Amino acid sequence: MPIRTLAQAINEALDIALGQDDRVLLMGEDVGKTGGVFRLSSGLYEKYGPDRVIDAPVAESGIIGTAFGMAVAGMRPITEIQFMGFSYPAYDQIVSHVGRIRNRSRHRFTAPMVIRMPFGGGIGAAEHHSESTESIYAHTPGVKVVVPSTPYDAKGMLLEAIDDPDPVIFLEPIRLYRSVKEDIPEGSYRVPLGLARVLAAGDDVTIITYGAMTAAARKALAILSQEGVSAELIDLRSIVPLDLDTIVESVQKTGRAVVVHEAHRTAGFGAEVVAQIQEHALFSLLAPVQRVTGWDTIVPLKLAEHHYVPTADRIVAAVGKTLEE
Amino acid sequence: MLQILTPEGELVGEPPVDIPMTRKLYRAMVAARLFDRKATAIQKQGRLATYAPFEGQEAAQVGSAAVLRPDDWMVGTYRDAAAMWMQGYPWELLLAGRTGHERGGSPPDYVNVLPPSITVGAHMLHAVGLAWSERLQSSERIAITYFGDGATSEGDFHEAMNFAAVFHTGTVFFCQNNQYAISMGFTGQTATETIAQKAGAYGMPGVRLDGNDLFAVYWAARTAVERARNGNGPTLIEAVTYRLGPHTTSDDPTLYRDEAEVEAWRSRDPLERVRRYLEVNDAWDEEWQKHIEGEESAVVERAVQLAEGLRVPGSDELFDSMFAEPTSDLERQRSLLESEGG
Repeated sequence: MPIRTLAQAINEALDIALGQDDRVLLMGEDVGKTGGVFRLSSGLYEKYGPDRVIDAPVAESGIIGTAFGMAVAGMRPITEIQFMGFSYPAYDQIVSHVGRIRNRSRHRFTAPMVIRMPFGGGIGAAEHHSESTESIYAHTPGVKVVVPSTPYDAKGMLLEAIDDPDPVIFLEPIRLYRSVKEDIPEGSYRVPLGLARVLAAGDDVTIITYGAMTAAARKALAILSQEGVSAELIDLRSIVPLDLDTIVESVQKTGRAVVVHEAHRTAGFGAEVVAQIQEHALFSLLAPVQRVTGWDTIVPLKLAEHHYVPTADRIVAAVGKTLEE
Repeated sequence: MLQILTPEGELVGEPPVDIPMTRKLYRAMVAARLFDRKATAIQKQGRLATYAPFEGQEAAQVGSAAVLRPDDWMVGTYRDAAAMWMQGYPWELLLAGRTGHERGGSPPDYVNVLPPSITVGAHMLHAVGLAWSERLQSSERIAITYFGDGATSEGDFHEAMNFAAVFHTGTVFFCQNNQYAISMGFTGQTATETIAQKAGAYGMPGVRLDGNDLFAVYWAARTAVERARNGNGPTLIEAVTYRLGPHTTSDDPTLYRDEAEVEAWRSRDPLERVRRYLEVNDAWDEEWQKHIEGEESAVVERAVQLAEGLRVPGSDELFDSMFAEPTSDLERQRSLLESEGG
């Protein structure tokens, strides 16, 4: 099996989908000739042509609204929003139309489309380029919201998302694009949406996270292990739908939980996870559930970003709090 | 401004349709007006949620929809019931959206008309994608989108016009400039003299016409639809018309416009001028008028019965209509509702 980065895995999935199904097309700003600002679609414009790999005008609402129409009339568009922080002009299309058409037409019309968004910080990017506002989309009815954190999952989940009969928001952790590598199968394979994955088994505490924060959590696990703490690490992979069974089963086993995300704290997705834990596993808890999150501040620029994006040390400290009781 | 039939019913150009077809379209306008008045009446009895009447705009909607093929796409608004009905959307489903039933958004499989857009502006982009999608599938279907003067102020109007022109999609942008967006008059909406002239900025043709003139509408729409179907790209049509009624049944237009203005537009009624034209051509009399009104009223009455007779949706329908298969989140919420006695 070839070794692939997360970025290469996404490129392969796009290539496979475009090659297998004439209805699939890719549309976004600069996705064609340049292969996208992150080069995730490199080579695809040359291979599939401008009708299938479409360089769109700089208009996010236009991209999503047009792709919505394409999907309703039988195509399978994959759209790329250049950065999550540029997705807000398209939010009206997503909340008012993409997520509603199946319901408001009682299944008569559907919008099977993928909305890809690079998201998250930690690379010292310009303002608006480090957003992690997935809660907005998780709070939007009618769309699935998934977040791979490994090359294997990225490829298998993207192929699954493209075939999904409903709209899928596919969040790609920028920081992991080229920093994680692993062996993945050649050709097509699927990873079902809506299932979490236990990245490491443990007994003392459950760390629940997704996206680029899996990397910080893995570092935290190494530190905790030296301290003799056995932590279980869950990568949610999908926040809508949420794999509650995996969370509850783990928390019932460990009795302690820490939820980690780089999104803003208030009404961040961690709040939902904590609420679900207290509804379904309260009497298994040995300590209050902790959250390690970004703050209710604007994501800082490069020089102060480390104050915002959760680190392994902060996760270790939060685990320590759950063990104090 | 293009005009073929004057308010007095006199021809000032070549009619695009013959007398039998004119009778057919006149009858459709009569049916549309009966529907509109019936819907307004039963709303006042509390049987419909707020209703957006289109009286005065029948020629714009009937004339433009008449040139479509049965499987062409249409994306309209809450005030475009006549156009949607022309394209096969049943009256009863247009009412069901207002009796409070989501079933109203679900036309038969052979009808390529999206449920009416309630938000203003976003839907124009959908007509770009629909037409583009058809072309990519080597189909001849085109897409027409209806919107008002107010919608041209939305950013999505710009994005839709731009995308359609850049990608040369088979989209017809049909603006019914009915002079008001709720209370905002046309001159408060834009600093341009016309809406049609905006087309030039996007690199597509723009046509301005008397929107109360069935023939002008028909001619311009047919030209734009043929252009779209032949792969020659989009067109913007501005049909200058007037909303004789309120924005919706919740609106009070006396707060922002004079009755004299309304009366002036009543004298340019889109039905009356066709009636006069037909009468002069010995193709209209009182008896026929009564006959078609009787038949079309019965159809509308039946539609009201059907809409009001739809089974009240159960709670399962909430959860079952969000995705192809309800997600685990929704299944938990369904159980929760049951446990709470809902």
